[in-house]
Amino acid sequence: MSGEMQDKKDNRIKSVKRMKEIMTNYYIDAKTAAQNNKKVGWITSGGPVEPLLVMDVIPVYPENHGAMIGASKMGVQLCEKSEEMGYCRDLCSYARSDIAAAPINGGPIGGLPRPDFLICCNNICGTVLKWYEVQARYFNVPLFIFDTPFCHKEITQEAKDYVGAQIVEYITFLEEHCGKKFDYDKAKEVGKLSIQGQRLWQAVLDTTMHKPAPMSAFDAFFHLALIVTLRGTQIAVDYYTELLQEMKERNAHGISAIPNEKYRLLWDNLPVWYKTKWLSETFASHDACLVADTYTTAWCRQLDYLDENDFLKSMIEGYTAIYLNIGVDQMADAVIGMVDKYDVDGLVMHSNRSCKPYSLGQYDIQRIVQKKRNIPSLIIEADMLDERNFSESQILTRIEAFMEIIKNKRK
Amino acid sequence: MDIIKSFENLNPYEYVASIKKATGKSVLAYMCSYTPEEVIYAAGIHPFRIFGMVDAIAKADAYLQVYSCSLVRGALEDALSGKLSFVDGAVFPHTCDSIQRLSDVWRLNAGMKHHFDVVWAVKLNTDSAKKYMYDVLAKFVKELQDAFGITITNEKLEKAVSTYNEIRSLLKTIWQLKSDNKSTLNGSQMNALIKAAMVWDRDELAGMLKNLIPSIELSPKNEKAKRIMLIGGICNHPDIYTYIEDSGGVVVWDDLCTGSRYFEGQIATDSNPLQAIANRYYERNICPAKHRDLNTRVETITSMIREHNVQGAIFLYLKFCDPHSFDYPYIKEALDTMGIPSTLLELELQLPSEGQMKTRLEAFIDMI
Ligand code: SF4
Ligand code: SF4
Repeated sequence: MSGEMQDKKDNRIKSVKRMKEIMTNYYIDAKTAAQNNKKVGWITSGGPVEPLLVMDVIPVYPENHGAMIGASKMGVQLCEKSEEMGYCRDLCSYARSDIAAAPINGGPIGGLPRPDFLICCNNICGTVLKWYEVQARYFNVPLFIFDTPFCHKEITQEAKDYVGAQIVEYITFLEEHCGKKFDYDKAKEVGKLSIQGQRLWQAVLDTTMHKPAPMSAFDAFFHLALIVTLRGTQIAVDYYTELLQEMKERNAHGISAIPNEKYRLLWDNLPVWYKTKWLSETFASHDACLVADTYTTAWCRQLDYLDENDFLKSMIEGYTAIYLNIGVDQMADAVIGMVDKYDVDGLVMHSNRSCKPYSLGQYDIQRIVQKKRNIPSLIIEADMLDERNFSESQILTRIEAFMEIIKNKRK
Repeated sequence: MDIIKSFENLNPYEYVASIKKATGKSVLAYMCSYTPEEVIYAAGIHPFRIFGMVDAIAKADAYLQVYSCSLVRGALEDALSGKLSFVDGAVFPHTCDSIQRLSDVWRLNAGMKHHFDVVWAVKLNTDSAKKYMYDVLAKFVKELQDAFGITITNEKLEKAVSTYNEIRSLLKTIWQLKSDNKSTLNGSQMNALIKAAMVWDRDELAGMLKNLIPSIELSPKNEKAKRIMLIGGICNHPDIYTYIEDSGGVVVWDDLCTGSRYFEGQIATDSNPLQAIANRYYERNICPAKHRDLNTRVETITSMIREHNVQGAIFLYLKFCDPHSFDYPYIKEALDTMGIPSTLLELELQLPSEGQMKTRLEAFIDMI
């Protein structure tokens, strides 16, 4: 079936339904944890979740909550509420909306379940430290900080020692607050499942090397949820096995993400949650597909570091040298690697007011990519959640100008 | 009063360039009070702080988005526009996300010979963090030695400790005089002084501060002005102090990095000097980009308020400063509970007009 012939209904990804079920069940479990004598630990998206699973703690991700708030277009309302609480409008909108949602059980699922403790890993930003301090005070619960020193050039031996010591401290913290011993055999199992899940997720993302791509970055933003929230579980492994199968079938049958893929683009930074559909359709109207992104790969980029046979120890590098915790020049190298791997014609960078560690330095990445690969790039000024920072007409004009350049280059 | 005049008239870049010319010393720039100046000094290198003072950003806008703070953008502007061409390199201690990325952008674009990252711990309340702080400092020492072909001996470190302890304790004395209504210095002079302290030749500085004290010391005067405390990061606007004074207030204490966070915290002299220096950075009053426990900052600030009989507080933040903005609601709430009125001034590159500033400050100070 050629792309043009493709029926719109037909090209929808079938696993979406299953994914929604899993996420619904996950949130039901999390929200009823207390009734089932289970503990809930809030954890940052880049945090080492595996030890929580070993301890039977239900991990809850305020950032995933943020994404849901964004996708259900409740961001502005909650951000405004946080401003009433005294939080400045320039702060990360995930943090702002989560802080505002807590006292009113706001957001699409009526608030997150109350945490028993908080695990904050600062490998993504300094914002999470402040955000978790606020929530630890609000809920009056213990906070464990997993401090992963920034790697401007490399991960130093000093940092490895420090993070290594914290893995032990982390386990001690969990033992104390869960009132039971850490099961090292179970840790091996969870570690294996985590690695397996990440491999499968990488394989899913890799299917977009196929031309035309069977899914787009916008699909990846959606299917990402499990590798974030249920990484280390059989559920995630099973789901991504199915999803991978579906993507392979789509490739075999030539079913593509957009009807007529002519141009392939790479997305940088978090999604603009409240505008994914609009952005996807706008690019598709130019026959352009965002085939890959730097964001969803963050949950499998560390595979080289992780070791099935000594998972806990391999968490040192696995969680320290992650994408947002490395220098801008190394990030640029990673982007170039993706430009080549997915064979893209252009780079679309979301300059995200909310996220300074992701956005500051983008101009350099843009210059480096331009110099080394000579592909056009576009910077979209926006915010992942706060729609007040999104100017549709301006962005539309810029996308059109950008697509003009891409098309002319092809001629 | 000559001493204070020379501080007030100081043009930092010209001054540091002249030191370099006269002495042949290398000079290193830095931007944050978590810079371990002591070891730079011990290396025979002149450390000086950049305050990000520019009226308009031209070049830096191609490197950093407008939603980064004026300190970060302003410092980069100075580097890119050649104003720092006399500098041998820069030192970036790890603090906030913006400085973290500035370090990368600087390393890639400022064209300086040397670049150092001092990636401190963020949580400063565990033994492993304490050990890591020492390891980081030792690594920095090694990097300085390798880069400049020098040796930083224990003797030199001990000398640095004593110089810095002396400077910090003299600064504290001067601040205390102000709080006790025993100082002739006005707020803008105090601001000039603390900034100069981060730029001036440190050997000369200690002597100057010592000489300054008798010349500014008064018998306690009866102050009617409302006692104000400043809370925030950097203050590079001496005029703010003047506006506060014109509105009937006086700044008697602060929790600023151009203020008490710079001089509080002596370095122990009875142990290994490098360890003692590391300990000072582990133990000093934290800035909001660091973590000690959930209430440390409020406790520090409220005890300062009690100790200095503060009647009102002004939060002085640079726009787009995440760490400080996150702390604002909870510190404000604590002040409200204590019955201490407060107001928030968010500073952009340039101050609002004098009229606007005065109207706001007068309204606030009248209310106290
Ligand atoms: S969006 Fe950026 S600043 Fe906000 S929590 Fe995520 S990484 Fe941190
Ligand atoms: S003012 Fe705030 S944002 Fe700017 S460098 Fe300092 S801590 Fe960072």
